[in-house]
Amino acid sequence: MGSVIAFWILAALVVGSAVGLVVRRNPIHGALFLVVNLGGVAALYLMMHAEFLAAAQVIVYAGAIAVLFVFAIMVLIPGKEETGPDPLRAQRWLAVPLGGFLALEIALVLRSTVFTTSRSPATVPGGVEAVGRLLFTDYLFPFEVTSFLLLAALIGVMALTKRKAS
Amino acid sequence: MVPESHYVALSAVLFVIGVVGVLIRRNPLVIFMSIELMLNAANLALVAFGQRHGTAQGQALVFFVMCVAAAEVAVGLAIIVSIFRMRRRLSVDELSLMRW
Amino acid sequence: MTDAVDAFVAGFIVLSAVVGVVTYVTLLERKFAARMQSRIGPYRVGPHGLLQPIADALKLLMKEDIVPRLADRVVYNLAPIVFLIPGMLIFATIPFAPGLGVADLNIGILFFLAVSAMEIVGLFMAGWGSNNKYALLSAMRAVNQIISYDLPFIFTALVPVLLAGSLRLSDIATAQAGLWFVFYPVIGQLAFAAFIITTLAAENRVPFDILEAESELVAGFRVEYSGMKFALIQLGEYAHMVGTSFLGALLFLGAWAGPGPAWLGPVWFLLKAMGVFLLVTWVRWSFVRIRVDQILAISWKLLLPLSLLLLMATALVVVLRSGPGV
Repeated sequence: MGSVIAFWILAALVVGSAVGLVVRRNPIHGALFLVVNLGGVAALYLMMHAEFLAAAQVIVYAGAIAVLFVFAIMVLIPGKEETGPDPLRAQRWLAVPLGGFLALEIALVLRSTVFTTSRSPATVPGGVEAVGRLLFTDYLFPFEVTSFLLLAALIGVMALTKRKAS
Repeated sequence: MVPESHYVALSAVLFVIGVVGVLIRRNPLVIFMSIELMLNAANLALVAFGQRHGTAQGQALVFFVMCVAAAEVAVGLAIIVSIFRMRRRLSVDELSLMRW
Repeated sequence: MTDAVDAFVAGFIVLSAVVGVVTYVTLLERKFAARMQSRIGPYRVGPHGLLQPIADALKLLMKEDIVPRLADRVVYNLAPIVFLIPGMLIFATIPFAPGLGVADLNIGILFFLAVSAMEIVGLFMAGWGSNNKYALLSAMRAVNQIISYDLPFIFTALVPVLLAGSLRLSDIATAQAGLWFVFYPVIGQLAFAAFIITTLAAENRVPFDILEAESELVAGFRVEYSGMKFALIQLGEYAHMVGTSFLGALLFLGAWAGPGPAWLGPVWFLLKAMGVFLLVTWVRWSFVRIRVDQILAISWKLLLPLSLLLLMATALVVVLRSGPGV
């Protein structure tokens, strides 16, 4: 019972912050809504006994990615954005029905998916050990590739943003 | 106990909100944040499916998604910063220079 | 249901104790700093100034609460609370004696690192919401510094994790029953030194206090705050500091281990944590502030590679000691 109540509270928080991110004009508020959203999703991971992911989510997303966003916003456009007339206003209104269609489609797919077989709740591995064992055995190659990707991103970012020495 | 279908449904709602955000906003930073929203929705669904199968494989996948998202955000923000330095404005609709 | 009640009571007790300790830590720091500068420090309120923190708190509570006219009101008002919550939450996983804590999670140290990384959110909310150039500059410096020092902080905190072979904080503490990790040959001392340096940076203390450098930024991100909200920010900052001191005492100094009966354990733990705190304070009152670029260079060019090497060396030692077949 408690977990059901917690789920609905978290769901409301997550959806509300997502809507806030999309509709607020001030990008700083958007970034703060993003932090709330990511924290809520981390709490949902905790509810599904994925403790490692919850911690990683907070450290990586809320601690680093959201902070990077805020930093970029502070550097680029303190306070103002999306000023001036919008040349594509008519097209933009199409987005809402399109989003509605997508929602409908996903809902139909979900309805046709069979969600009946129940599993025993205690058998789910979620700790660091299970994930770590998987990462360093079955997924060792993707793991190494990911480290390479991060290195490439690091170098790419430095090359992109370095100003010419004058 | 909350059934997995609830988590998957929530993830679908989040994904749709992210899609709408990408479509209706002009600020590349907000569009970028909406993409993060969609990635998160996918992650949530992955974890829910993984729990359903009783393995940690979904979580391992989410771990990789997080790494890719981190790299993506770093590179994306760097591109946005350098575009802003060149043009002093931020609107995705004006970035049609490379379009035929 | 009784579990929930138990957890609630435990949380309440720990929270009250933390607020009490944090309040008196300010007095400890002022006394210590005064002695270092051949002063006496607070002396007038109560015997030896022992009631000074309470007087300070009362004064702050009664001060007028000012909100700048052009401030981003919601963000400005929420910031102190968002700043305080992580400072309090980090105490949730710390076991103060075997079996005595709010929640001994199996990801204990990851929880600690994740929650303490959230402190930056409240910080830039305060800096942004104030709509003040000093506050904004301070927030930007804070983002730079904290992102740079988070990585070496995590890497050095992982050295004891590797040695103990567990992320659970109580396991790390019991693994040091024979030998405190600070006395572990070479690795222990290096890791402890790196931990102290990164702690200084993570807590924004001199020589890394560029974000509240009073000679250039007045008081940094909290310059517009007054009264109750200022008190909350101070409380959050000191709570974070005390929490990190407890973590240092747990990771390197054997937590509650010490002579005497078992019930003395929490007392030993508190004494060790205060020892770590005073060590940090000692550095704070001995050095001068360094420049922003120097701070970033120290982190990226020195601390990050060294802590990474240290972590690899630790992993090697653990593998060699445990022998083949694991």
